[in-house]
Amino acid sequence: MKYIDEFRDGELAKNIVANILREAESGKRYSFMEFCGGHTHAISRYGIADLLPANVRMIHGPGCPVCVLPIGRVDQAIRLALERKVIVCTYADTLRVPASDNLSLMRAKARGGDVRMIYSPQDALKTARDNPQREVVFFAIGFETTTPPTALIIKQARDEGIANFSVLCNHVLTPAAITHILQSPEVRQYGTVPLDGFIGPAHVSVVIGSQPYEHFAHEYRKPVVIAGFEPLDVLQAILMLIRQINEGRAEVENEFTRAVTREGNLKAQAMVSEVLELRRSFEWRGLGEVPYSALKIRPAYVLYDAETRYGIGYKPVADNKACECGAILRGVKKPQDCKVFGTVCTPENPLGSCMVSSEGACAAHYSYGRFRETV
Amino acid sequence: MNGEVKKGYVRGLDIKNGRVDMSHGSGGRAMAQLIEELFAAAFDNEYLRQGNDGALLPTAGGRLVMATDAHVVSPLFFPGGDIGCLSVHGTINDVAVMGAKPLYLSASFILEEGFPLADLQRIVQSMAAAAREAGVPIVTGDTKVVEQGKADGVFITTTGVGVAMDGVELSGSNVRPGDVILLSGSMGDHGMAIMSRRENLAFEVPIESDTAALHHLIAAMLETGADIRCLRDPTRGGLATTLNEIAKQSSVGLMINEEAIPVKPVVAAACEFLGLDPLYVANEGKLIAICAAADAERLLEVMRAHPLGGDAAIIGLAHADPHHFVQMKTAFGGRRNVDWLAGEQLPRIC
Repeated sequence: MKYIDEFRDGELAKNIVANILREAESGKRYSFMEFCGGHTHAISRYGIADLLPANVRMIHGPGCPVCVLPIGRVDQAIRLALERKVIVCTYADTLRVPASDNLSLMRAKARGGDVRMIYSPQDALKTARDNPQREVVFFAIGFETTTPPTALIIKQARDEGIANFSVLCNHVLTPAAITHILQSPEVRQYGTVPLDGFIGPAHVSVVIGSQPYEHFAHEYRKPVVIAGFEPLDVLQAILMLIRQINEGRAEVENEFTRAVTREGNLKAQAMVSEVLELRRSFEWRGLGEVPYSALKIRPAYVLYDAETRYGIGYKPVADNKACECGAILRGVKKPQDCKVFGTVCTPENPLGSCMVSSEGACAAHYSYGRFRETV
Repeated sequence: MNGEVKKGYVRGLDIKNGRVDMSHGSGGRAMAQLIEELFAAAFDNEYLRQGNDGALLPTAGGRLVMATDAHVVSPLFFPGGDIGCLSVHGTINDVAVMGAKPLYLSASFILEEGFPLADLQRIVQSMAAAAREAGVPIVTGDTKVVEQGKADGVFITTTGVGVAMDGVELSGSNVRPGDVILLSGSMGDHGMAIMSRRENLAFEVPIESDTAALHHLIAAMLETGADIRCLRDPTRGGLATTLNEIAKQSSVGLMINEEAIPVKPVVAAACEFLGLDPLYVANEGKLIAICAAADAERLLEVMRAHPLGGDAAIIGLAHADPHHFVQMKTAFGGRRNVDWLAGEQLPRIC
């Protein structure tokens, strides 16, 4: 595949790895968090951790959209499907996120809920057009990458006067989550999460640009390298982070120049801010309430806001006590530190959200890296 | 008066505009007419012509192999095939990978009220053509009709009977460390052909299903006398899931080489686009063979000489592993687990 295989070239990888091995100083610690699930997946799938020296460690961050979705939000969507009998449309991974009462959207479907998997939000709008006698709700989740398409269909629904359609908006914001991690006691006081730099998101940064990360580099003295999701991108970003640390720099660098600019996609940003606005606070699985970390639908589009339309209040639900997803999402623990990892909690029967999506730290490790613990 | 209507006075089925209605499953004259004009006409053979509740077949001698497979694929018609030929190929392959010569098929239809007779005829004719081409007659069958909304057009269950070739012992539990894993061709064609025609996802790619009957290829492979431990067709769950089944059954580890696995560029690109892994996408005309290392090259040559094995390749080795992992050397230079398929990558693929 042109434009893909070039970024998965094993020979080029060897060169970058040789540079990493040469430049990583043995007395120094290099602990980097890859924020995005896309990077977590690439690291596991291509066995990148195996290629790094022992003092270069990758910490998985909270950037997996279904992983940070709290139980209470999935419960809302399930109630809409089972009690209000609406058609709930959502992305595939969201269907399997465990919710209250041993349910998930997929299990709600088996109990008679009309839950449909879609690839694009446009399909949710089409479902509404095709079923004028039914109410259709798009259960919208994700970071800044998936936000513009959600904003667009809300606008389209209003322009076309589609009255049977609304959106349950759960879009969250990357910079707020990074700030939250940097300010957490584990990073600032206890040092239980050694954090020397970030691999910045790929697709999110296409939308928001590299500028929002400058704050972290300057204020917290943490280098950030924005990287694409291919394995060579990740290796190159690790090398760039090592160089920043060796040279005492803390800057925002852009490895993903083929797609990311400093300003980002201004048209998409304008679309989002026309339709959506900041929530004062939003609960994240693992991180808890994070101020100004998510978006809701603006009053001008209130007709398309499922939360208002159906008057469904939000009720927080605690995670299963044995589940360590919270600590794993904050980088405090590794998947294999969790007692239920690979026993009670597997991709077939996920107890926690990190075991659901292939971008989740637990699912990625379970699917791709288990052989490491056995040798 | 003997209750029969003279032939000339019965209006034939309106195949062009007609639709399946509840009477076609009632057991009455409408059902008899549907069977006679549509099914029997297409499948015609001496056993079916007996016209009894079951087919009376000559005993084959030796060990019988029997396999059954229900087909619920959506859409019913897809590039490279349809539910009809798929239902014939699928069951023939299940019998053949046991090391058996497939002899007879049965076919059972669940029809949804309102299903166009023209579509049904197209499907039945495709089945008949596939059965004839494979030389495996459909000798008995059944038809039921359910109300609209209780099924999705047509579901077809086929059962196959075959006779195992003498001295052939194939099983997923036979694999030993050192054995070689061969693959008959490219992965993911069927699944991606279906995906490209899904209602909410249509995209324009020249991908055709690989649906095919593998029994002739298998017969050629068995004739070599190579020490074949196991044959499998990697259908639902794809190559990855089938290899995990074998690793578990045989209590061995399997190590495959990513670069050796044939995947067509267009399939790889479509998978990339949709976030799917070709190793988990269904195939309907490919097989995995695991054989003793000494016979691998010889077997590969025979596979490559057959039209259905032109892209055959050696893709890996079995080794001792108490965890029975399937692992892969990635093209990138790393190593990783290749796990069972989790959840549902693609519903109703066959």
